[in-house]
Amino acid sequence: MSGTPLLSLAIWVPILAGLLVLATGSDRNAPLARMLSLLGAVAGLLVTIPLYTGFDMHTPAMQFVELKSWIPSFNVNYHLGVDGISMLFVILNSFITVTVVLAGWQVIDSKVAQYNAGFLIMSGLLNGIFSALDGLLFYVFFEASLIPLYLIIGIWGGPNRVYAAFKFFLFTLLGSLLFLLALIYMYLKSGGSFSILDWHQMPLGMAPQTWLFLAFLVAFAVKVPMWPVHTWLPDAHVEAPTGGSIVLAAIALKLGAYGFLRFSLPIAPDASHQLAGLVIALSLIAIIYIGFVALAQEDMKKLVAYSSIAHMGFVTLGFFIFSAMGIEGALVQMISHGFVSGAMFFSIGVMYDRAHSRQIADYGGVVNKMPKFAAFFMLFAMANAGLPATSGFVGEFMVILAAVGYNFWIAFAAATTMVVGAAYTLWMYKRVVFGAVANHHVAELADINAREFFIFVLFALGALGMGLYPQPFTEVMHSSVNELLRHVALSKIQ
Amino acid sequence: MLAMACLILLLDLFVKDKKRTLTFVATQLTLVATAVLTFAMTSADVGYTFSNMYVGDLLSDLLKLLLYLTVLVVLFYSRGYILEREQMARGEYYVLVLFATLGMMVMISANHFLTVYLGLELLSLSLYAMVAMNRDSVPATEAAMKYFVLGALASGLLLYGMSMIYGATGTLEIRAVAERLDTGQVDRTILVFGVVFLVSGIAFKLGVVPFHMWIPDVYHGAPTAVTLFIATAPKLAAFAIVIRMLVSGLIVVSSDWQSMLILLAVLSMAIGNVAAIAQTNLKRMLAYSAISHMGFMLLGLVTGVVGGDAPFVSISAYSASMFYVVTYVLTSAGTFGMILLLARNGVESDDLDDLKGLNKRSPWFAALMMMMMFSMAGVPFFVGFFAKFSVLQSVVAAGQLWLAIVAVLFSLIGCFYYLRVVKIMYFDQPIDATPIEAPMDMKVLISANGLAVALLGIFPQALMSLCAVALLRSL
Repeated sequence: MSGTPLLSLAIWVPILAGLLVLATGSDRNAPLARMLSLLGAVAGLLVTIPLYTGFDMHTPAMQFVELKSWIPSFNVNYHLGVDGISMLFVILNSFITVTVVLAGWQVIDSKVAQYNAGFLIMSGLLNGIFSALDGLLFYVFFEASLIPLYLIIGIWGGPNRVYAAFKFFLFTLLGSLLFLLALIYMYLKSGGSFSILDWHQMPLGMAPQTWLFLAFLVAFAVKVPMWPVHTWLPDAHVEAPTGGSIVLAAIALKLGAYGFLRFSLPIAPDASHQLAGLVIALSLIAIIYIGFVALAQEDMKKLVAYSSIAHMGFVTLGFFIFSAMGIEGALVQMISHGFVSGAMFFSIGVMYDRAHSRQIADYGGVVNKMPKFAAFFMLFAMANAGLPATSGFVGEFMVILAAVGYNFWIAFAAATTMVVGAAYTLWMYKRVVFGAVANHHVAELADINAREFFIFVLFALGALGMGLYPQPFTEVMHSSVNELLRHVALSKIQ
Repeated sequence: MLAMACLILLLDLFVKDKKRTLTFVATQLTLVATAVLTFAMTSADVGYTFSNMYVGDLLSDLLKLLLYLTVLVVLFYSRGYILEREQMARGEYYVLVLFATLGMMVMISANHFLTVYLGLELLSLSLYAMVAMNRDSVPATEAAMKYFVLGALASGLLLYGMSMIYGATGTLEIRAVAERLDTGQVDRTILVFGVVFLVSGIAFKLGVVPFHMWIPDVYHGAPTAVTLFIATAPKLAAFAIVIRMLVSGLIVVSSDWQSMLILLAVLSMAIGNVAAIAQTNLKRMLAYSAISHMGFMLLGLVTGVVGGDAPFVSISAYSASMFYVVTYVLTSAGTFGMILLLARNGVESDDLDDLKGLNKRSPWFAALMMMMMFSMAGVPFFVGFFAKFSVLQSVVAAGQLWLAIVAVLFSLIGCFYYLRVVKIMYFDQPIDATPIEAPMDMKVLISANGLAVALLGIFPQALMSLCAVALLRSL
């Protein structure tokens, strides 16, 4: 644990880089803006690597802690730190930012500086969310991260982008305003502390726990998103530019799930146990019902968006069966989904850039024209369907295994999605990629270029690496997850 | 101290001549000089002058300094606008602004109900005239008439309330009223009647529902430079008289005015936010948003009283309100400044559609306007978030959880129309592509204003503790 404020760097390097990129101004300087953004993103990734290499995996305590007074009137601190749960997300986020900058390299040709700056700033804010240990600091990052995504969807999005941007913003804000009240309540209850770690230790009666749990649930369920508050996600995904979809799926959705682990479970453990049934029920609905909804989609982005909801259902399911296997499986699933869904959206973006359509019906026989692309797309489709040797398999398998120990029928219901998931992903793949060349648009498709190839390799390394050898990912989680479970098992009612 | 300030102001009125630039400079110098004087005489003690009619304490010093700053900024923003409009390009604007400022200073330092009234009338009369300054404009004249008639009514209500309080307590000096009330030998019925009238009068001046009718018309009809003035500085003064009259004077009967204010606050937030959605005129939309903001601010005042027995809690609630007002003034100064900046070459630019594609025309100004909007909506990292947060915090601390939930829900509704402004600036195509030109001083100032909104959002502590200290020393 060196003296360098690594987490601060992880937050502020991308934000400052973003501001610098903004300063390049108009599109005449677009190449400069692109280079600067790439440098910023790579620098942002580099500063997060020591977080992993210097991580002490034998302690559940927060590491790389930074603590400075921020607003003494309310005892709000600039308090950062990561444990085995959050550390991986900081790195994943910084990694995704690099791919996003690369993904928009040629495609985005208007307001390049603003586009890239938006993603860099958002990346910093997201890192802030994952490393904040102060409730208000968390909230500030949480809300502020809405602004760049709102602008990204609204400016560079599809035809219905305004509707999607508003829906995205207002849905999320509704949840987070109630969350803010919950934070204020806990601040007063704990005698004037905004420290999340203090809140973990704070005794609470059953009634306040229940209310807090419900407030958290609304906030995080919208973000995850869980059925029935998921409706903003397909709209946002469909309208967002490729980069926006990647960040949304790979990182933004994880915030809700992360919130469950950081707030709901440890702060209201008794309520969590009591209301676990509710969350599990919602998760199962998401897994099964949304799985079938995905099957019926005509639009590729919508299909992947719905499959994201189903995958996140696995994550929340894994959390609320309260076993180490379940939570670790859910975390693996989150990270794997970060790679896989990011790659899926990128694949769709690659096709969309060429043929300007996302409709499955407009494609067919892509393999004849884009063999390299088809190979990568195949890999990620497999991973999305959760086939063994890909990262998607590991997480889902762990969650199902844990669920068997909890209740066989829940596990059985969840396992059916392996089938549904394979069905909708592979069916889409078949319709898009195989068969005869469907029309002249497809006939004109050119295979991926070196830049796209490179991005695919990055994603593939993540997805395959995690599928074949997940241990580097799981071993850093162990002690934090065990500590969390030990904590959740203790009643807070006195 | 006050006498000195008044003297300078009055002296300055005779200095005025036809040259507008000179008037402008003279006005600004007056403000700076007064500010220096006030600053020099700032002391932690509470001092009284004019046979206890005036009070000089830290609260009044702080508010006055903020007032000078606001007026200074307002004048910078308005200068170009005034110059371009022949029919209003007179020194009168500056004179009236100074008179209004004097009125507000009197209000801020009032320690006597009549002093409050005096200051209020000085302010109001100047404002009536300012609203009507654009003589050829029908909406402006209509707005001025409306403002005048309703304003006179409200002043009447206020006076009536004061007379009843006099009847009940036998004095009009604010501290003395509080002392009399403490003894408990007061005719309760008359007193409560008085309080009702007083609260109505104040509610009119603050512009909260159901005494809000004048706000949209005046904001909309008045020349933008005047709207800018009305939307900013008087809010500081209004906050001061609420603190002086209700908190310093009538704290004993707080349970009576508190329930009234809760009702007013909730109604304001409801009507202000909902009505703002339907507006197509930016100034009118901001008028409704002002109504809802004042409602939010009242929440802080209201809850301060609940924790009456624990002084620390109530002080933090009042300072939350004060912080709210100050940040609101800062943000709305920036917003109206932006409207003025866009309204160049004699053409108004106050429809929402005029903002279309601002990002294409000037990314920097669009970014500034976006900061203002997000700040008003209460999204971090902008200062508006901390204002909302501190008020909400005090509301929850007072145990009024349902009130906090209502406030939160209405601010969600409010978010919609601020977001719409951002949408119009960023997502829509510009109607005319002329780049925006503005004089250098305006550019610098509005950038500073925008950055202040952002920087205070990242480091809100200094201003927060300033408000808290001022209130702690003064109450």
